Amino acid sequence: MIDQDVILSMDGIVKEFNGVRALDGVSVAVRRGEVHGICGENGAGKSTLMNVLSGVYPHGRYSGTISLDGQEVRYGSINDSERDGIVIIHQELALSPFLSIAENIFLGNEVQRGGVIDWNQTNLQAAALLKRVGLDENPATKILELGVGKQQLVEIAKALSKEVKLLILDEPTAALNDGDSAHLLGLIDQLREGGITSIVISHKLKEIRAIADTVTVIRDGKTIESFPVEDSEEIETRIIRAMVGRPLDSQFPDRNPQIGEEKFRVEDWTVHHPIDVDRVVVNDVSFNVRAGEIVGFAGLMGAGRTELAMSIFGRSWGTGVSGRVFKDGVEIQTRSVGEAIRHGLAYVSEDRKRYGLNLIGSVVVNVSAAALGKLARLGVIDKHREYSVADDYRQKMNIRTPTVASVVANLSGGNQQKVVLSKWIYSGPDVLILDEPTRGIDVGAKFEIYGIINEMAAQGKAVVVISSELPELIGLCDRIYTIAEGRLTAEVPRAEATQEELMRHMTAARIGSGTAARPESAQTESARIEGAQGQ
Amino acid sequence: MTTTTPEQAKTPAPPPAGGNGRKRMRIDLSQYGILAALVVIVLLFQVLTGGRLLYPGNVSNLIQQNAYVLILAIGMVMVIIAGHIDLSVGSVVATVGAIAALAMNNWGMPWWAAVILSLVVGAAIGAWQGFWVAFVGIPAFIVTLAGMLVFRGVALILLTGGTISGLPRPFNAIGSGTLPTTGTPDLLTLGIGALASVALVVQQLKVRNDLRKLDLPRERTASFVFKNAVAVAAIMYLCYLLAYNRGTPIILIILAGLVLAYSFLLNRTVFGRHIYAMGGNLNAAMMSGVKTRWVNFMVFVNMGFLAGLAAVVSTARAGGAVASAGQGFELDAIAAVFIGGASVQGGVGTVVGAVIGGLVMGVLNQGLSILSVDAAWQQVIKGLVLLLAVAVGFARRGRSAR
Repeated sequence: MIDQDVILSMDGIVKEFNGVRALDGVSVAVRRGEVHGICGENGAGKSTLMNVLSGVYPHGRYSGTISLDGQEVRYGSINDSERDGIVIIHQELALSPFLSIAENIFLGNEVQRGGVIDWNQTNLQAAALLKRVGLDENPATKILELGVGKQQLVEIAKALSKEVKLLILDEPTAALNDGDSAHLLGLIDQLREGGITSIVISHKLKEIRAIADTVTVIRDGKTIESFPVEDSEEIETRIIRAMVGRPLDSQFPDRNPQIGEEKFRVEDWTVHHPIDVDRVVVNDVSFNVRAGEIVGFAGLMGAGRTELAMSIFGRSWGTGVSGRVFKDGVEIQTRSVGEAIRHGLAYVSEDRKRYGLNLIGSVVVNVSAAALGKLARLGVIDKHREYSVADDYRQKMNIRTPTVASVVANLSGGNQQKVVLSKWIYSGPDVLILDEPTRGIDVGAKFEIYGIINEMAAQGKAVVVISSELPELIGLCDRIYTIAEGRLTAEVPRAEATQEELMRHMTAARIGSGTAARPESAQTESARIEGAQGQ
Repeated sequence: MTTTTPEQAKTPAPPPAGGNGRKRMRIDLSQYGILAALVVIVLLFQVLTGGRLLYPGNVSNLIQQNAYVLILAIGMVMVIIAGHIDLSVGSVVATVGAIAALAMNNWGMPWWAAVILSLVVGAAIGAWQGFWVAFVGIPAFIVTLAGMLVFRGVALILLTGGTISGLPRPFNAIGSGTLPTTGTPDLLTLGIGALASVALVVQQLKVRNDLRKLDLPRERTASFVFKNAVAVAAIMYLCYLLAYNRGTPIILIILAGLVLAYSFLLNRTVFGRHIYAMGGNLNAAMMSGVKTRWVNFMVFVNMGFLAGLAAVVSTARAGGAVASAGQGFELDAIAAVFIGGASVQGGVGTVVGAVIGGLVMGVLNQGLSILSVDAAWQQVIKGLVLLLAVAVGFARRGRSAR
């Protein structure tokens, strides 16, 4: 069925950064017309490999050979590789928000004569491309009006406009909800039918299992193995084993819940949209968390999970917030982030780069950021203690960094997340709210972070976990609330929680109200920022 | 980009000295880069002027004439680290200078009261601009562009186009006077130099000792000794030059105090850390409980305060107030900050860097004047030096990021 000839081969690729080998002799062979999965923990070198391939690191900055259609290629820049039909779509989408879909598709590649753009042709061709990717939108629509899922499709349409032969997708579904993910995977499948070869980098093994023909596993900058994929449990196990270098007996560490008195309670919490002030985003939500308990929140994107959490945490999102918050049975006010922190709340954002980290700062500066008061006397920081605290957390949390003086931007996603967790754990919270705590991080680091979450619960803290990954919630939580269109729709104890059951409640209100499950992440995203700035 | 290797990952103790030695070197280079540039420029002009740049009288002049840039650069570096800009400081200097002169000559205030009034008015102007930036949310570029126009206008209104001169002698001494001397050579100046040298070495030894205690990477002993020897030699040479001229300029003492105080503020206090945190990632700072509005407001109040001080110093130096005073000061200060290694995006910068950047500008001014280079060409040269300094910084940062 699959053509046996190799379209791309990379042999013995070695790439060093300041004497550290990020790639240590990686070899990959991609056959024409297949979907080739690349798996590996964060920091394994997947993104570096793709940057070598696409010419971000030009020939001469790495060693090893790259051959396309049997010919050795030496790319000096991304333009060179794109000329050969290699297009890479990065995890962070590279679209210009204030330009239209059509303008973005042809950005740098305009339909023009003598420098004058032919708008009719541009829109016409864009419409045809949108049809191919199954996106039903006007080409004149601005990107900022689209959700992340649709933006991803625009990126693919843009790649198609460049006559792509080899499409590289770096974590394409990391920010997508289930519906959009399924659509995207279907599209990749469809492109394969059309003869386009794809390389898909993903942490989601279910997706690799569903879509890839072959998978190559990379660990510590080396190719571990490459094998054909069939849709089975064993394949996932095999990939995990290759990724971490050991079999992962269980995805979740053991835990013996010691649940005490009620620690945290929210009553009748209602939040309005910061711009569209009549819109109710969180509608009369009440919930509680007991000491030592891990409580989950399941909901589709745009259901109001993050908005609920951020509005509780110092009114960081939304307007017209009403409702009451109790800790240890006493009502508390959380009108500002400072106040929320003083009352022992901590919120770990789903977007660590935007809300969690000072990326140009060191590990030390980030770990101490939410609790400088503890390290200071009369406003003067005790730098020795600050350093020892950070180094302590480096060891406790197993943050992999040369030193705590290293800049956080240089760490992998999993290690960055551990820095954010360290920051909030050091703030000494009684109530820990974790929003997508394992988004975009690899299997090994996930396991470690689950361990940390369990440890927090064991210390008697009240823990709230918001997650899009249902198996994660089921594996981790004692109780799970489902939320749909801003309302709580169910409260499911661990024993009764199945993915099907949760999904039924997550979609309950939507089916009832008859509206389509349209992702509105782009809008909520921009609104959220403005909401936060109005803070 | 992840460059963490598993070897390093599994070592709980600080990693082997080899890798760190390299890292350490790079950090040192980037910190000393600006200083090296300053030394090169000083030597260059020393040769070009046939040794006249470092004549005792010229050194004294250099310090007194450029004090305003250094003072403004200290405030500006904080504004820029926080992710803003302040275009109004030149006009603020003119307005505050006018008020100081009026206070002394027309309102009968003693000189010291006029100085306090100037600082208060400067801070109040800063509060006005800080209000619009921090609490209303208007970009600082716009707010301070408006301030640039408004306060230039206010200065013109206050002085009705004329000048006020004949200010009290003690006031003028702030800009052009010296501490009392013991004759030539001035032993007080030499004593201050010796004291400063000892303090510097003691402080450096303490820092180094702390690093040892924490088991953090340190400079090699040879480099440490060399660095301190050079610093002490530079301080003592400067004092020697001053001691054989008119003694220690009063403004030098003020400047030294400012550098120490503001370095401490930025490096060691919660307030300083919050400024860096906001510049590095405003949202993350907000979500960590930083009172971002308040910090922004205070950064502008402080800028206004220092602009008030710069007004006192430059009015005193000039011996009078004119409405055209302070023209282009904002650009000198901004240039000094960027030459000193600050980032346009915010989050990066140091007081010492900004002051060295200011000295680069000052030495250029002084050297080019001694060579009697045409004022038009002076501007061209200063502009190119700014561009070159920032480009070199960029190239270096780009390389280490690869």
